[in-house]
Amino acid sequence: MDARNFTFMFYGFLAAWLIILAYVVSLARRSARLSKELEDVKQLVGSGQKT
Amino acid sequence: MREKLVVALALAAAVLLAFNLYNIFVMLPDEASQGYIYRIIFFHVPAAWVGMLGFFVAMTLSVLYLAGGDLKYDSLAASIVEVAVVFSTVNLVTGSIWARVIWGIWWTWDYRLTSQLVCVLIFSGYLMLRRAIDEPTQRARLSAALTVFGCVNVVIVWKSIEWFRNNHPGPVLSFRTGGKSGMDPAMLHALLWNFLALMIVAAALTLIRTRQESTAREIDSLRRAAHV
Repeated sequence: MDARNFTFMFYGFLAAWLIILAYVVSLARRSARLSKELEDVKQLVGSGQKT
Repeated sequence: MREKLVVALALAAAVLLAFNLYNIFVMLPDEASQGYIYRIIFFHVPAAWVGMLGFFVAMTLSVLYLAGGDLKYDSLAASIVEVAVVFSTVNLVTGSIWARVIWGIWWTWDYRLTSQLVCVLIFSGYLMLRRAIDEPTQRARLSAALTVFGCVNVVIVWKSIEWFRNNHPGPVLSFRTGGKSGMDPAMLHALLWNFLALMIVAAALTLIRTRQESTAREIDSLRRAAHV
């Protein structure tokens, strides 16, 4: 097995999963931010304040 | 219900990916001329298929939005485009790494590579456009128009390896050949199984993203109601 060939294949798989992982992390952060924002807006609307 | 579906899809994808990775690394032999590096094809090609399919589905939803004006179609199209951009980026990056070994260069301005890069740039522009417009109807209308325009380029990406002389290898599967492939059946099956796995991952990510879109719409409507 060509070692260089294997190394680049490893980089390829690593890059593919890192891109998907980075997207999953960004989705999780966005979900948390939206949930907090929704709670804040509901509280403000509930208390009769304007946002 | 949606959370349970996301968990079920994630579990199904994990099991299928574990099986596929075992198959790709342990069961399948090295390719005769490329050696170990050819295994990148098992992510490179399915990622491209998931991306292209996503763009076409988003175009259909955009046309439905333009015809009926239902913002649910717009939200779903936006979610699908975002996930499709991620998979198209995976396709570009893995292709570049493969090219470094096989062609000796990271990049060449080949028709397939260039049109795929343009595709990712157009749909990244689509995502930026959506952030720049606050008014939901205007945002949806312009986004739908851009999706339809962008899909013209997706057709060019798809057919470029048949229409033009390229460095890029020919199609793995083609309607022209009646779906026949030059690949070894075992390798082709591994490719199709990994396509299914990546489709399941994409479906789970799209479900999460559509949930975020509906939350954002709820926040928006609460804010509007509070301002009335």
